Amino acid sequence: MTDRYRFIGKSMRRNDATEIVTGGARFLNDIKMDGLIYGKVLRSPHPHALIKGIDKSKAAGLKGVKGVLTWEDVPDWRGGTPRSTRILDRKVRYVGDAVALVAAETIEIAKEALRLIEVEYEVLPAVLDMEEALKPGAPQLYDQFPGNVVTPGVPFFGPKSLKDIVMGDVEKGFREADVITEGTFGYENIPNPLPPEQPGVIALWEEPNKATLWVSNQASYMDKITLFHVTGRKLDVRTIGGPCGGSFGSKFMSWQIQSYAILLSRATGKPVKMVMSKEEHLATFTLRPSSRITARVGMKRDGTLTAVAGTWLVDTGYYSMTTQSQVAVGCGELQIMARCPNWDLRNTIVCTNRNASGIVRGFGGQELKSSIIPLLSLAMEKVNVDPFEFLKKNFVKPGDGYFWRDGLWYTYRGVDYTKALDKGAERFGWKEKWKGWLTPSSVDGIKRRGIGVGIHGNADIGEDASEAYVRIQPDGKAMLFSCVTEHGTGQRSNFLKMVAEVLQLPIDQISIAPADSLINPYEFGPAGSRGTYAIGSAVIAAAEDARKKLFEILAPKLQADPEDLDTVDGFVFLKANPEKRIPWKAMGVDRTCTGFGRFEPDYSLTTCIMSFVEVELDTETGKVDLIRVVNATDVGKVIDPPGLEGQLNGCLGSAGIDSAIFEETILDRSTGHILNANMIDYKWRSFSELPSIESVVSETPFESHRFHAVGVGELATSPGPSAVLMAVSNAIGKWVHEYPMTPERVLRVLGKVKPKVRKGKGGAA
Amino acid sequence: MKARNKAVEERRCIRLMVNGNPVELDVGEGPGSVRTSDTLAHTLRETLGLIGTKVSCDHGACGCCTVLMDDRAVNSCMTLTIECDGKSIKTIDGLRDPATGTLDPLQQAFIDHTAFQCGFCTPGMIMSAKALLQENPSPTETEVKKALSGNFCRCISHYQVVKAVMSVSGKGR
Repeated sequence: MTDRYRFIGKSMRRNDATEIVTGGARFLNDIKMDGLIYGKVLRSPHPHALIKGIDKSKAAGLKGVKGVLTWEDVPDWRGGTPRSTRILDRKVRYVGDAVALVAAETIEIAKEALRLIEVEYEVLPAVLDMEEALKPGAPQLYDQFPGNVVTPGVPFFGPKSLKDIVMGDVEKGFREADVITEGTFGYENIPNPLPPEQPGVIALWEEPNKATLWVSNQASYMDKITLFHVTGRKLDVRTIGGPCGGSFGSKFMSWQIQSYAILLSRATGKPVKMVMSKEEHLATFTLRPSSRITARVGMKRDGTLTAVAGTWLVDTGYYSMTTQSQVAVGCGELQIMARCPNWDLRNTIVCTNRNASGIVRGFGGQELKSSIIPLLSLAMEKVNVDPFEFLKKNFVKPGDGYFWRDGLWYTYRGVDYTKALDKGAERFGWKEKWKGWLTPSSVDGIKRRGIGVGIHGNADIGEDASEAYVRIQPDGKAMLFSCVTEHGTGQRSNFLKMVAEVLQLPIDQISIAPADSLINPYEFGPAGSRGTYAIGSAVIAAAEDARKKLFEILAPKLQADPEDLDTVDGFVFLKANPEKRIPWKAMGVDRTCTGFGRFEPDYSLTTCIMSFVEVELDTETGKVDLIRVVNATDVGKVIDPPGLEGQLNGCLGSAGIDSAIFEETILDRSTGHILNANMIDYKWRSFSELPSIESVVSETPFESHRFHAVGVGELATSPGPSAVLMAVSNAIGKWVHEYPMTPERVLRVLGKVKPKVRKGKGGAA
Repeated sequence: MKARNKAVEERRCIRLMVNGNPVELDVGEGPGSVRTSDTLAHTLRETLGLIGTKVSCDHGACGCCTVLMDDRAVNSCMTLTIECDGKSIKTIDGLRDPATGTLDPLQQAFIDHTAFQCGFCTPGMIMSAKALLQENPSPTETEVKKALSGNFCRCISHYQVVKAVMSVSGKGR
C-alpha cells in the first residue's frame, strides 16, 4: 500500500534534537534565576515515631539560612486519597519521612543547617508487611484508616469507581472447570523506575495565594491541579514545564517536594530550588506498589477460563495518592487480558511503614499480572495448554467487554490482535522453541534455556481529557498550544507532525508553545499510552478547526464556498482548480486564526503488547541472562518509527522486565531502611548486557482519529516480568515464583543453596 | 599530583583549558572561586555556567556527567576541580564547531538515529563515545558497548546509541 501521508509514519528528527545533543536542553536543575535559594529536607531515621519536640534555633541562626519550617509552621495541606497525609506532620511514618525543611543561600549551608536541628522522637512500633499490618493490634499509621486499610475507590472516577471484579457466578464457574489451581503469588520487590533526572522543582510564592512552579515533570498541567487539591483548593498555581529527564510514571506526581518548595518560598519571599539527591530519589520517592494475590482459578481443557476468585492485597507504603486508581485500572486490565465470565476478586490496599508507592509504567496492571499469571500458568500446565495460545485466545476481542476504572461496562470496538500476536510468535520462533511446560527449549552442559510469554493491554489509551489550540498565522506559519512536556517519547514532535499533516505545512513552519499552564488549555498529560489517541485527537481537532476557520475567512476572496477549499504549504486553493490560490497572509497581516480541539475520554479501545522472552541460566552460578526479546503489537498506524522503537525497547528499563531478573529495592523489614539507595547497589542494565530485541509492529487501522493510530509506549515494561518467571521455570524444570530471579534464588530452586530464614514475608530475601 | 596540588595551594588559583578557552579560577570561598571540595561537575555547571554536563547520581555510578580530560572520559562528579590544574577539559557544550556551529559528526549521528529518548543521559553518552572514537576511530560494536558500559540510560536508548556510534565508526574524527 502506498503511504498517503506526507509526515505521519516518516522518520523525522525530533524538534528538540539539537538541544539534546549539544547539552542545550534546559532541564530543571539547569535553570537559574536572580535571588534563587536552595531547599533541603530533614528526614526521619525511624520508620514510625512521634515528634516530641524540635529545636530549630541553631539551624535558623546559621549564617546564610533563610528559613526553617517544621510541622508547627505549616498549613494543613494534605495529600493522599482520601486526603490523609499532612505536608509536615507531628508523626513520621517511614524512614525518610520529612521532619523539617530548610532554605539557605547554598545547598551546602542548607545541609549544614539540617545537622543543627535537634529532634526528640518517641519511637513507635512499625509494621512492614501487609498481612501483619491487617492483623488486630498492629501498629496503626493513621486514625483515619482503621486496620491500616486505605479507603477504596477514587472520587474522580465517579460514584461507581471500580474497587473489585465481581460478576457472574464463580461457584458455577468452578463446577464447569476441568482443572482448578490456587495459591499465593506476589510481585513484591518494589522496584524503582529511577529516571536519571531526580525529582525537583523551583517555586516562587506570590501573595496572597499564588505560586509559580518550574517543573520537569511528566504532566505539568496536572501539577497545578494536584496542588490545588492538596492545598485545600486555596492555591492558584502556574506551572512552567520543561524537558523531563525521564519519569516512567513516577514524576506524574511530585506534590510533596513541590509543596515543600512553595512553603519555603512563602516563608522567605524568594524563589526556592529543591532537587532530590539520588539517595533521596531511591529512598524517599515513590516505588512500584507491592502486590500479593491469593486466588483460585478454574480452567477448561481448551484453555477457557471459567472462574477467578480471591483477594488482591496491595501494599502502598505509608500513603496512597494513586494506588486506588492503579487497583481500578489493574482490575480493568486483567479483564482485558483474561476473558472470563465469572469473577470474585476482592482488593485491599494496605498502609505500611515504608516509602510510598506511586505511579509507574504498567499502572496496577503490571503488578496484578505479574502476580496472577504464575497462578494461571499452573492451570495451563495441568491441562497442557500452550501459554501463547492461551494468552492470544483470552485477550479481549471486538464485541467483548470489561468494567473499566469508573465501574462502567465498555464494549471493545478496536481491532482483533490475533494476527499481530501470531506475527510476533512467528518472528520469535515460538512453535519451534516451545517444548512444553517445565521443559527447557535447549540444554548445553551447565547452560539451560527456556522461553516465556506475557501480555498486557489497557483502555487508558483514551483516558481523561485533553485540549489544544492551533494558531494559523499570516506569515505562513502555525503554532500548537498544548501543555505537554517532553518526557522522552518524542510526542511533542509527533503532535507537530499531526498538525503538519492536517495543514499540509512543512514541519519546520510549525512551533509548539512552552508547556506553561498560563497560556495552554487543560491537558492531562502523556500517560497510559494516551498521547497518540487522546492528546493527538485534541491536537488534530484544533488543527482542523483552525483550517476550517481559515477557509471561512478566505472563501470570499476566492469567490468560493469554504468546503471547496484546500490548503498546502501556506496557500489556500480551489480543490477544483488548484491554480487559483492565495497565501495565508491574504487573511490580513494583522490577524491570526485559532482553532480549538478537545478530546473526551473513551474507554472502548484498548492497546495490546505481547513480549516473548528467551533466557539462559547457568546452573553453576545461578545467573539468569536475558538472551532475546520480541515485542509484538498493533498500533493502527505508526506515527514515528524510531520513537516507537525506542518506546518498545523501553521494556527493559524502568522497573520492567529486569524486575524479574535483578531489579529490586531492598527493604530491611526489621528497621524499615532501604539498603540499596544508590546506583551501585541498585542494579540496572548496562550496554554490556543487552539482549537481542525486536519489535513486530502491525498497522491495522483503528477507529481512533483521522490517522487511525493508538499509543502503546507505557505498556512495554509490563508483559516481561511474568514471561521471565515462566521462561526460568521452563529452563529449570521447576516452578519459580519470586521476583527477581537472582542467582541465589535460582540456586535455591536447584537445591544448591539452603533457603535463608527471615522474619516476615515477601520482599527482599 | 601532590606536587601540582601544592603549587595550586601556593598560587591560590588554578588554570585550565575548558572547551579550548583558558580559564583561571581563584581557590577560595568567595563567589566565582573554587573551593577545595568542589567537583569538576560543580565548577563546570555552577561556576562556569556550562550546564550541558548533567549530574544524576553524583557518585560516579551513572556516567551522566562524563567529560573529557586530556581526551580521556572522566566522571566529572568524581573529579575535584583543584586536581584539574593544567588540564584540558572538553564538555558537550564545546563539542560543536565553535566558529561555524556545525555539529560534531557524532552529535549529528545521534540526531539521525534518534539515539535518545528523554535526553538527560545523552551528553554523557556522547562524551564517552567521543573519547572512544578519539582513541579508536574504528571501534567494533563490542568495543562501543564496552566504552559505554558506565553510562546509565533508563529509557533504553542503548540500541539506537550503538547504531549512531557505529555509523561514524571508521569515518575519521
